[in-house]
Order: sequence, then structure tokens, then C-alpha cells
Amino acid sequence: MSTSKFFSSPWRTLGFFLLLLITLIWLLPFFTALLTSVRTNDDILTQGFIAIPKEWTLRNFVTAWTRGGLHQYLPNSFIITIPALLGTLLLSSLSAYALARFRFPGNRLLFFLYVGGTMLPFQVLLLPVFRLTDALGLYDTHLGIILFHTAFQLGFCTFLLRNYMRTVPGEILEAARIDGCGEFRIWGQIMMPLTLPALAALATLEFTWIFNDYLWAIVLLRTDALKPVTAGLATLQGQYVTDWTVIVSGALIATVPTVLLFIFLQRYFIEGLTLGASK
Amino acid sequence: MLHSKKLVPYTFLIVPLILYLIWVIGPMAYTFYLSLTKWDGLSEPVFRGLANFERLFRDPIFFTSLKNNLRWIISFITIPVVLGLGLAIALNRAIPGAKFFKASFYSPLVLSLVVSGLIWSWMYHPAGGLINSVLRAVGLDNLARGWLSEETTVMWAIIAVAIWRQVGYVMVLYLAGLQGVDPQLIDASKVDGANAWNTFRHVIFPLLAPVTVIVVVISIIDSLRAFDLVSVMTRGGPYNSSSVLANFMYIEAFNNYKMGYAAAISVILFFISAVFIFIYLWRVTQDELEY
Repeated sequence: MSTSKFFSSPWRTLGFFLLLLITLIWLLPFFTALLTSVRTNDDILTQGFIAIPKEWTLRNFVTAWTRGGLHQYLPNSFIITIPALLGTLLLSSLSAYALARFRFPGNRLLFFLYVGGTMLPFQVLLLPVFRLTDALGLYDTHLGIILFHTAFQLGFCTFLLRNYMRTVPGEILEAARIDGCGEFRIWGQIMMPLTLPALAALATLEFTWIFNDYLWAIVLLRTDALKPVTAGLATLQGQYVTDWTVIVSGALIATVPTVLLFIFLQRYFIEGLTLGASK
Repeated sequence: MLHSKKLVPYTFLIVPLILYLIWVIGPMAYTFYLSLTKWDGLSEPVFRGLANFERLFRDPIFFTSLKNNLRWIISFITIPVVLGLGLAIALNRAIPGAKFFKASFYSPLVLSLVVSGLIWSWMYHPAGGLINSVLRAVGLDNLARGWLSEETTVMWAIIAVAIWRQVGYVMVLYLAGLQGVDPQLIDASKVDGANAWNTFRHVIFPLLAPVTVIVVVISIIDSLRAFDLVSVMTRGGPYNSSSVLANFMYIEAFNNYKMGYAAAISVILFFISAVFIFIYLWRVTQDELEY
């Protein structure tokens, strides 16, 4: 329908503007944050929030980045997220292949174990995992939290990839087998390339999830210099209690990686969300 | 189609499975043991039987938290579902700027809950925050309040943030569900003289029923997990009025060092969730039973 034809109906036009209004309200927190970050705290305190700022500044971003510690926290987020993401994708594609393509005792049970584990309130694992990292000497290390994320995300990834791999026609794999291809080569050279769309969707989603994790970061890490940006922001909040311009600027910096990812890979992100819920 | 060389699947499974057993399944089982002990996190846990649970059922904070989780669940299975479904139906047709509208509602999903919580805390700020500023600007001074510092408003103020995030997610799921609805069925009902509301009620909504079940179950499970927003915005205060089970558990464990007691809270959380996880598993694996 062309735009002019769309607006030819008064009801449709009304509906459109109602939708636009709701959307703008939805975006208000973003506008608020952006507007706050370029003002000075004094300006907001003296003039109130709804006022034309007397001065514009980018100093809040600098403060959040340097003294607020984001120059440390943000790289930590990547140091944790990237290995965990690669690890969980690799391992789950192995287990998903086994569950999707082989009939063996315990197949169903394992599938339920993986799916059930994903749905758990993860708080149930909090104390034992805390104790485990301590016992293994991994408490307050990046390796500990990386290993945990890798293992915990296996459930969801295996579930999703297994369902996807089941849709690949068996004849392709059978043909490779007849040609004498080993199972690991079939997995690596046939199944994995065919699974790429699902892997892309999953990677986008998992990146966001691991990157945005807060609970495990505050439970498994104590040293400030090791914290990812979510936990770091909580520290920053305590440090700049009354200066919201710095806190909000820090929050905005923290969102840059996932927002960029969303802008460029929106399609995969949405696909991942849908696949996850509806199979 | 399915292959049956005996050991092959196990070679694929062994590494991920060991990792999963060590970090997920094992710890889950261990939580049940811990819930029966007294443990400060440093020394060895001491077995105490059901003492933690007895104490829990006399603890007013436990009931406040339970009530707040229930409020969270009820808000989550109503407002985002209605809004998300409405938006999905509105945006499922050729509408100018549909892409922009969709992206706007998705966008809160990419923010971490910590970031969302901080930005909203600032919007709720009693003096400089956007909400009170707007209320004062339009002359509604008496509605302006300390949204996060008053016991009557704090929980709803936090839930509102969660809803702000959730609507986009529900919309995504319904949009995907609508892709599966045969347009011919909708045309047929129009030919039969049904108006828009009747088409929705008798054709679209029943066809979307499987999506609705998934949405409701996911919303309930998410509500029971709620932690980050409360932790960042209020830590459960004032006077525990915004405490939820996960937050209550965290505070008992890591601020009060009552880890056995905290484990008991998580066991309760487990049992409540288990009911809904079971419904979910049953739904998503229904058609698996064919083979």
C-alpha cells in the first residue's frame, strides 16, 4: 500500500499517530539518557531537568571512562564474553549434532536435561558454583566466570541447534557416509556450514546475554580490576552517587557494543529470540 | 535417517556433557543439600535438617518477596502480552515506518538490565528526574513523589521498567507467530461478514494460542528470576518493600553470610519454577513424541 493511500482513511491515520505517540514514549529513556549525558550536574541541579542547558559538555563521558573505570571494565566484558561465546557455540554444536542425528540410549533424557537446565532460575546454582570456583582456585578469575558461562549457555544452545540440525535432510549426510566420510568430518564440513544461519542468530543473542550478565559477575568476581562493565557500573553508581550525569554517561558507553551489534545484526538477533521460544 | 554406530554419539557428547554436569547439574543437586545445612561460606556446612525451611516460613521478608514475585508475574502475563500482541497485529501489515516502530520496541532488549535500571533510576529521581519534572511542569505537583523511596510505589516502579523491556520481546514472538497464520483464513472470515474484532477473537487469537502459552510460561519464569533491576535500583528497599526472592536470597548469602538459609530460598524458587518449566517442556516437546 502506498503511503498516500494508507493515510486516505482517517481511522488508519489516527491509529498511525497513536502508534507513533506510544513509540516516542517508549524511546523516552533513551532521549533522557542522551540529554543528561551532555549536560553538567550543576546545570541540572540549578535549572531542573526541563530547561535549555546553559552549557553542553562531553566531559561526563571522559570522567566515566577514566576515573569511573570504564576503560577497564569494558575490555573485561570482551575478555569474558568472547571466549565464553566461542566455547559454548563449539561445544553445543557437538552435542546438538549427537542429539539430533543419532539414536542412542539416553538421547531423550539428555535433551530434557539441557532444556530443563536453561529454564531454571539460575539462582539455584549460585551458591554451589560460588563454592566450586573457590575449590578449584577459580574464584575471582576470568577463567572461572568464562567456564561457567560456557557451561551454563550449553543448555539453550544445544536445544536450539539440535532442533535446527534435525531439519537438515538426512540424505546429504548419508551420501557423505557412503563416500566413507568420518563423523567428525561430516559434522565439520557438512553439518556446520548448513547450520550457519542458526549459529549466526545464536551468536548474536548469546553475545548480548553474556555481555549483559550482572549476577554472575558480582558473585564470581571480587577484584574491581577484573569486573565486566555491568558490575563496574554498579561500582560507578556507588562512587558517583549524586552525579547522575556521569552515571548515565557510563551507562551509555556500556551499551555501545550491544547497540552496534543490534544495528548491524538486527535480523539475526530477532531470529534468535524467535527460534529460542518457538523452536 | 538416524544412524546407530554405538559409540559415535558419545564421542560428540563427552566434553560438553562433562562441563554441563560439573557446572550445572551437579551444583543444582548440591543446592538441595546446602539448603539443609548451616553454612557461612567459609567453614564446612553443618547439617541441620529442615531448620532453614522452618525459619523461612516464619520470616516476614520471605512473604514480602513472594508477594512481590507474584505481583511481578501478574503484571508480566497481562500488560506486555496485551501490548505486545496489539503491536504485533498493528505492525504485521504494510504500515509506513514499520521497521522504525519495530526497532524502537526491540531496542530495550539489547540494553543490560543494569543499564536499564540506572537510566530509569535517574528518570524516577525525586528532584531532577524526568517523571517528576514533567508532572511539576504540567501542574500535577501532588503526583510527584520519591518513586523508589516510598513503599507503596517502589515495586510497581521497578516492574514498570521490566515491562518496558518485555513488550518488545513478546511482540517478536507474536510477529513470528503471525507469519504462520494463513491470510486466507482471515480473508475467509471477512467474506463471512466478520468484523475486525470478531476476526481477531475467533480466528487470529485461537491460531496464536500456542504462542500465547509459550509467552505466558516464559513470562512467569522470567518473573521468578528477576534480580538485576531490584539489585541496581533499590537492593530490595525501603524496608524490604521491593524485595523479590532472588534478591532476598542474594542478600542472605552474600551480605549476611547465611548461605544455608539462602540455599533454602533458592530451593523454594526451584520448586515454583519447576511447575512452569514442566509445562514449557511439555509444550515444546509435544511433537517430539512422534518418533
